Amino acid sequence: MLRGIGASSGVAIGIARVIKKTSEVEKVLIKDTQKEIERLEKAIELAKKEIEDLKVSSKENIGEKGAEIFEAHLMILEDVEFIGAIKEKINTEFINAEYAVKLTSDEFAQIFINMDNDYFKERAADIKDIGNRIINILLGKNNNSMSSIKESCIIVAHDITPSETAQMNKDLVLGMAANLGGKTSHAAILARTLEIPAVLGLGNITEVVKDGDLLILDGDNGLVLINPSQETISVYKEKQEKILLEKRELLKYKDVEIKNKLGRKVEIAANIGNPFEVDIALKYGAEGIGLFRTEFLYMDKTSMPTENEQFEAYKYVLEKMKDRLVIIRTLDIGGDKNLPYLNLEKEMNPFLGLRAIRLCLNKRDIFKTQLRALLRAGLYGNLGIMFPMISSLEELKEAKNILKEVERELEAEGVEYSKDYKVGIMIETPSSAIISDILAKEVDFFSIGTNDLIQYTLAVDRMNQNVSYLYNPNHPAILRLIKTVIDNAHKEGIWVGMCGEMAADVNMLNTLLEFGIDELSVSPPMILKLKKSSGQAS
Amino acid sequence: MVEAKIKINSQTGLHARPASLLVKEANKFKSNICLVKHDKEYNAKSIMSVMSMGATFGDEIIIRASGEDENEALNSLKSIIEALKD
Repeated sequence: MLRGIGASSGVAIGIARVIKKTSEVEKVLIKDTQKEIERLEKAIELAKKEIEDLKVSSKENIGEKGAEIFEAHLMILEDVEFIGAIKEKINTEFINAEYAVKLTSDEFAQIFINMDNDYFKERAADIKDIGNRIINILLGKNNNSMSSIKESCIIVAHDITPSETAQMNKDLVLGMAANLGGKTSHAAILARTLEIPAVLGLGNITEVVKDGDLLILDGDNGLVLINPSQETISVYKEKQEKILLEKRELLKYKDVEIKNKLGRKVEIAANIGNPFEVDIALKYGAEGIGLFRTEFLYMDKTSMPTENEQFEAYKYVLEKMKDRLVIIRTLDIGGDKNLPYLNLEKEMNPFLGLRAIRLCLNKRDIFKTQLRALLRAGLYGNLGIMFPMISSLEELKEAKNILKEVERELEAEGVEYSKDYKVGIMIETPSSAIISDILAKEVDFFSIGTNDLIQYTLAVDRMNQNVSYLYNPNHPAILRLIKTVIDNAHKEGIWVGMCGEMAADVNMLNTLLEFGIDELSVSPPMILKLKKSSGQAS
Repeated sequence: MVEAKIKINSQTGLHARPASLLVKEANKFKSNICLVKHDKEYNAKSIMSVMSMGATFGDEIIIRASGEDENEALNSLKSIIEALKD
């Protein structure tokens, strides 16, 4: 049994298909360097053709974003330094092209691995990918090992790279296991989107497992069982059946409509933290996106995302959701989430410090770049912009002024942008809940962020084990605040949603419907569970 | 030989996209062109070389060109880096 990181939940039982990527390359001394260089040049031309094809199939299988990576691959194949270094090795060391490519791609990859910037570090994998491609062509080997899969199997690989997933026939892949990778790696996100189990970060599974071994992947517990006993298989088969039945059973509730006590239909929307997840949200019948967290654009990086990078991410989700509302929350950083490249001062009380909207008002360039991207993307769907952590009227007015300023700038530059969007705020500080009657006059909607609202109202850090027992969503103070917010909003004719964990708590559902909540936004897999439990409630 | 000092004003630094813009432009000229950071030279006509420089926001780099069209090359690359904004 191997233990790794459960990156995508579920159980898969199937035959292993081990994807060998790196070909063994031997050093051979050659005499005719000119001939060797001609071989190399031919191989590079073929590699370019392969990548052009990959670009096309990737666009079809995963979309525009997935194809971008191959643009970079093409440039590497034309790079004077890279190709020059390979040729020089052939000319001066009299070695075969395969070995010269291997030495050069290893050298270049090492330069990138040593850089202390995650973005550049990742480029090392691209260079090795390219090197292997040329080597395989030189060796006359097939580069499309993933695409050669003809029967259902569990993929076992060293790492699952973008160029591999692009060729994968997704109907045949039962699960994925890899030496490398974690919860946020490319393979993990893909596996969750496709809803196939994945266990990653296994270290050496490619050495332990052989083609044809029977494997069980337990994505919930991060386990891989190799050639298990009949008994174990039947235990897992049962588990698999159960999961399948539950899923099928839940899908029955996809079209259930939940109504609040006012008889109004409650929107059941999805919280997402990555553009990919919009597909899962739709599959579960999300009626909108109630919270699109934008932090993923800023985290795990060493510098700010560009306006265009943001624009593409927002546009992707807006287009997918068509006319359904997509609420995108502006940068919510600070507190427990820091960005090293911002050089923020260490604070005594980060949760009471420079975070979320306060940070954005303090660093306007960052805020304005995001607002520009949002307004431009707004042309492609039904956009709602939401400010987090508002605690006073002045703050909200200032944020709205900056939004107007950005509009004027776009207008002056002649850039097209949306004029038809909604503006709302998170209600997550006690002060904003208490003055919600005043704030309601300024916005189109509220969304109650219960996690912070509870922590600030009850003065409890729920990560602190000594006091976490005081973290109680049922505290009368919390219920009163929520009721107040909903009543104040309805008096001003605006709607109120909830995007914190309480929204997904089936035990709270009745209370919230009783209060007259208009929207609940939860993680995609919770949508159906919520609909199911409402059926019992009504 | 001509050279000019310039500051990277783009928040994202010389990532793949801006680097490829720069490299494509550099390849239009006959002159040898390099970028210098911390006294180390990087070939401006190579995406790998430019990216391995790892230039990030606020870095000061030197553009150095030598050859028959060195002045045009210098001016054109300078304006590309200056125009890099997010």
